[in-house]
Amino acid sequence: MEWLMWFTRFENTKPVALLIFFITFCAILFYVFGSKKRSERLESYKNMPLQDD
Amino acid sequence: MASVAIGSGEQYNYDIVRKFTIMALIWGAVGMLVGVTIASQLAWPYLNFDIPYITFGRLRPVHTGAVIFGFGGSALFATSYYIVQRTCQARLISDGMASFTFWGWQAIIVLAALGDVMGYSQGREYAEMEWPVDLLITVVWVAYAIVYIGTIMKRKEPHIYVANWFYLAFILATALLHIFNNLAIPFSMTQSYPLFAGAQDAMTQWWYGHNAVGFFLTAAFLGMMYYFVPKQAGRPIYSYRLSIVHFWALIFMYMWAGSHHLHWTAIPDWTSTLAATFSIMLLMPSWGGMINGIMTMSGAWDKLRTDPIMRFLIVALSFYGMSTFEGPMMSLKDVNALSHYTDWTVGHVHSGALGWVAMISFGAIYHMIPRLWDTKMHSTKLINVHFWLATIGTLMYITAMWISGIMQGLMWRAYDDFGNLQYSFAESVAAMHPYYAMRALGGAVFLTGMLLMLYNCFMTIRQAKSMPAGGLAASAA
Repeated sequence: MEWLMWFTRFENTKPVALLIFFITFCAILFYVFGSKKRSERLESYKNMPLQDD
Repeated sequence: MASVAIGSGEQYNYDIVRKFTIMALIWGAVGMLVGVTIASQLAWPYLNFDIPYITFGRLRPVHTGAVIFGFGGSALFATSYYIVQRTCQARLISDGMASFTFWGWQAIIVLAALGDVMGYSQGREYAEMEWPVDLLITVVWVAYAIVYIGTIMKRKEPHIYVANWFYLAFILATALLHIFNNLAIPFSMTQSYPLFAGAQDAMTQWWYGHNAVGFFLTAAFLGMMYYFVPKQAGRPIYSYRLSIVHFWALIFMYMWAGSHHLHWTAIPDWTSTLAATFSIMLLMPSWGGMINGIMTMSGAWDKLRTDPIMRFLIVALSFYGMSTFEGPMMSLKDVNALSHYTDWTVGHVHSGALGWVAMISFGAIYHMIPRLWDTKMHSTKLINVHFWLATIGTLMYITAMWISGIMQGLMWRAYDDFGNLQYSFAESVAAMHPYYAMRALGGAVFLTGMLLMLYNCFMTIRQAKSMPAGGLAASAA
């Protein structure tokens, strides 16, 4: 379990956290804008409030 | 969309929405009345009358509790129950539990106000309630989460509309904030010791305080915006994909920004810098939401000329954009050195509270009431008058506080040729007096609008009750 100590040092924690969050953000961007078909599906949901009457 | 007949009050639990809507109006009027009272006490201190129960120190948390949790909280319960049922095409999972959240929440507001005037407080801003009330809040909030998440789980729609995402974030984050901020060891029914001490206590308080703004007063009201702006405009939201990106960015970044309330204090410098950095970055997701809402009007701006409800919603978004620009700017350490502890902060809070939170709620409530009672609004003209009173009142308030706050900051840091402070504290207080009077007047103008709304809604509900069963359709036949 000694290797876990590596994560407790600030000089390691900060860049690791930055990488995790930046990759997650890029993944969200890719999910949202990466595919034309998916984009069309996502945009179709915006009509939901107008169809609930 | 699933082909289910909509519109019937029997298909959805509208009774709970009606109850919360009425209480939002009542708490709004009460909370704002107390607000005008304490603003007047600051301008004319003899209004404290030397009666401990109504001094500024005790009435101030009554004001914040009534407007944030009474007015804002009831408006959020009402709109979230309305939106989740309609966008999921499902009735709330339990009428009994929903009713429990109503009575429980109202009891909390009353108990909190009584505790404040009696002088019982744990001294935490926006969380003054002592531990028995905190426990009641926890139970009510868990019931709320069960009703809300349970309704989403039995939805007839495959997709969860983005407004519900914002409400979910609000429910989960508020639970987290409430529990950790109120960790305390009770030693009597009315007093307790906080678990944290010193700088850690301050950081916990402002982690809670700032995220109460972020999740209670921002994320949840963005959920309101994502339903009522498209609904009132009759057009879909500008970009659904933008709503997804700004949702995740907003909820991630808010959690880190609380320590900017503690610049230049005993907290570690890096926490302060981290909070300021995240606050600056928050501008992007905040404006993402603002632009998404305002651009929904693209091609339909003419509605602003004729529809006062649309005006409320769009002006609310404009104030949201303005205060989410001002907030990051004030979080910069150098700006904060001038603005901290001054009335500028109070002005900033109210540009968000009056301009954004109250106005988006007014728009949503004006939209819902005719539909909940199956009637028309008693007077559209009064809505228009309310809009102008609310806008003018807000502008008067924040302008007075900008001038007063910046003047305070400059007076406190002014030195004479010998290196002594140029002004005494009492001189800065005397200089603020005209602006305190102007703030009280602005608040009174805003309150007048709120009372007009109360009257207009009361008359609307009364006229609905006098109609034959079946509401508008039946009376037209």
